[in-house]
Amino acid sequence: MKSTKYVVTSQDSDVLPSDIALKIYELGREINIKETCFGVIIDGEEDDVEATVKEIRAMDPSNIFIKDRGFPPGDPRRCRGHRGGGARPGFYMLQHESEILPLISRGLAAEARGEEAPPEIGTKKRPSLERLEEMINEEFS
Amino acid sequence: MVKVMVYPPTSMILADLVERKGHEALVVSKEVRKKIVTPGLDSPPLNMTPEDPKKGLKYAAVDVPSGVRGRMALLGPMIEEAEAAIVIRGDDCTLGCTGCARTNELVRFLLKTKRIPLIELEYPGDEFQAKQFVFKIREFLEGLN
Repeated sequence: MKSTKYVVTSQDSDVLPSDIALKIYELGREINIKETCFGVIIDGEEDDVEATVKEIRAMDPSNIFIKDRGFPPGDPRRCRGHRGGGARPGFYMLQHESEILPLISRGLAAEARGEEAPPEIGTKKRPSLERLEEMINEEFS
Repeated sequence: MVKVMVYPPTSMILADLVERKGHEALVVSKEVRKKIVTPGLDSPPLNMTPEDPKKGLKYAAVDVPSGVRGRMALLGPMIEEAEAAIVIRGDDCTLGCTGCARTNELVRFLLKTKRIPLIELEYPGDEFQAKQFVFKIREFLEGLN
């Protein structure tokens, strides 16, 4: 069965979409590649794609993110070229998450360095009704 | 390997973190893929087959908005398949034109009543929160083994 994946690079990454595409060409597997502004879309047989994904991730483990895609690249039902322009469905979520990727990359890098989990910060809770009553009595009595 | 449902079901960050730890992420694109390889659908998931509302009716009554039932036709089978779940709360992308608040509530409810390991988080706003986010997810996923 065929499988399609997005490979998205974080803004902090030194790896360019063209570097990923070249790496896939070097691997010599039968995979279709589409370069985009945020990374690449790869399409091929499931086993080939899975093996390729591992190789790509190794290029920059904390800055490369991979996601499944339902439609193959260039599918006329999703491709902007066939639909008369505009963002394709699903782009907004990708855009939204891309903004958070540098933070997640730093978290993953800290994990890879073997850093300890940061301590939990206690959030301030709202005072209960009883406590609020006590506070009012203390203040105004 | 555990099947972990991620919510939002289109989340790249969650799906990636799950697959890094060797588990299988249940994402909506895999469900869409199943529909794409099915002949006779012009534009899935926008076009539905007569079978889809029936699937949605299993989770939401007939008087529930059709958007909820349509979404549940895709998300319902994923919830049934899930052995664990990671849910993001209060994210902008789960509301408005790209999401549905009622579906979010229903999915959270169904996941909670399923009594599977579940972690609820919020997307990080700074580096400190990001580290906590990654460590919490790692701890959760390692605990599933």
